Amino acid sequence: MLANVQIRKETGDATPVVDLRPVATTAHSPREAVVSLTGVSKKFGDQTILDGVDLSIRQGDFVALLGASGSGKTTLLRILASLDEANDGKVLVARNRSVVFQEHRLLPFRRAWRNVLLGTKQPGNGRAIAERALAEVGLSAKADSWPKHLSGGEAQRVALARALVRSPTLLLLDEPFAALDALTRIKMHALVEGLWRDHKPGVLIVTHDVDEAILLADRILVLKDGRFSLDVAVPPALVRNRKRQELEPDEVNPLKYRLLAELGVAVPGHTA
Amino acid sequence: MNTTLLVPLATRPQAALRPPQWHAPRNLLRVALPVFVLALWQVASSTGILSPRTLPPPSAVIEAFRQLIETGDLQAALPASLARAGGGLAIGLLIGIGFGLLTGLSRRAEEAFDSTFQIVRLIPFISLVPLFIIWFGIGEEPKVLLIALACVFPAYLNTYSGVRNVDRRLIEAARTFGLSPVQITLQVLLPAALPAVLVGVRFAMGVSLLALIIAEQTNSRAGIGYLIFVASGALRIDLIVACVLVYAVLGIAIDLVMRLVEKLLLPWR
Repeated sequence: MLANVQIRKETGDATPVVDLRPVATTAHSPREAVVSLTGVSKKFGDQTILDGVDLSIRQGDFVALLGASGSGKTTLLRILASLDEANDGKVLVARNRSVVFQEHRLLPFRRAWRNVLLGTKQPGNGRAIAERALAEVGLSAKADSWPKHLSGGEAQRVALARALVRSPTLLLLDEPFAALDALTRIKMHALVEGLWRDHKPGVLIVTHDVDEAILLADRILVLKDGRFSLDVAVPPALVRNRKRQELEPDEVNPLKYRLLAELGVAVPGHTA
Repeated sequence: MNTTLLVPLATRPQAALRPPQWHAPRNLLRVALPVFVLALWQVASSTGILSPRTLPPPSAVIEAFRQLIETGDLQAALPASLARAGGGLAIGLLIGIGFGLLTGLSRRAEEAFDSTFQIVRLIPFISLVPLFIIWFGIGEEPKVLLIALACVFPAYLNTYSGVRNVDRRLIEAARTFGLSPVQITLQVLLPAALPAVLVGVRFAMGVSLLALIIAEQTNSRAGIGYLIFVASGALRIDLIVACVLVYAVLGIAIDLVMRLVEKLLLPWR
């Protein structure tokens, strides 16, 4: 089900007010749309961050959004999370959506399991629900820990559990692994992939890690100068096929160098 | 000639793991200076270098304590002083924390009240003692109100900045999980501001003691300050010193209480 996020043109510093109005779902579609953007624009002062962006994501899609720093990819995610308002265009997003940020953003004064339940209404059996969610991310043992005592990877897994406990149809990930070490990141990739398989939300992951995008997503967007300069599907044989991606670099590299070139990174010896 | 010179660096075998134990030398060093000063004081008094009319020896001060307790003066004075400080503190915290929350949470309230608080804060409360006596007489009211006034500002400032400095990112996260503004206030802002509020309470308690001493020096008929007043009239320096030490003990007690309160209210720190 999509909710209509009200757009007020050229809003200055007004707090985003979300007018959630259910929109008729397309009954004939096998998978519901969870994001539908039409001509969405956003400006900060004279700077155009988003310039008439169109985007459609369905439940079960795993979309990676790449872009150089300052390209507006986080702005786009924040609009979808209704933390920012677009200035113009039509924004439709699933009502039931969760965000995982680059920082875990856990409340320091709540134990892990109480953080997971933030904002949910659980009559009585909240603890059990939270523990189930924590078990899914492999953190049953840390249910009673304070966030301060969790490692970066653990805290981020609690944040994932917190996002998933409300069974979102749209999961927004804003560079969720950027602050983690390389080994933890590998584990987190596998974890996120597994969670996506189990729950099948629509996922939009903002990242600037090209390998991460190819590894996790089935569709990759590159945001440049306020528009999607590239919108490619990962070859079906490679989608979330870690082994094949490792064994057959010749199949992966064309996509990889094309993405890198689009991001302004020229790799010697390769042309896009 | 060799261009790469290797320099040997020191190694040190791992120190054996020892269970936590009493660090005698370190702790002895800590108490060495105070003990030395006390001893010096006693010796100076005994040898007559320090006249008892300037400062009686430690033994006399201990004797004065014994007298204060035996006569029941201390037992009568302490509750009177604590009631004043406690009453003033309670009023001051109520006003300070109340307005701090208000101005911290609401831009409108900040515009209405904050500048006034900032101006009044700059008035040294001690300078208001004569005014308070004229306005409220020489009973308990001016004393309690003076202490209350002194306590308002540390409580207000810390509460206000505590609420204002809550990590915006936590509030954003709470918003994405659908918390209403009221829920965000109750579940995110207030608990996150609590450490700063407690810092304000701690400061206010310290200030309440200071204000208590000043308030009690004027026309008291009960309390530690009254004891000092009477003792000073009788030139009983030993009693004065004993009462000053009672104030010091109260200061230490405040610190211990606040540590306990923080441990109980902020287990996540």
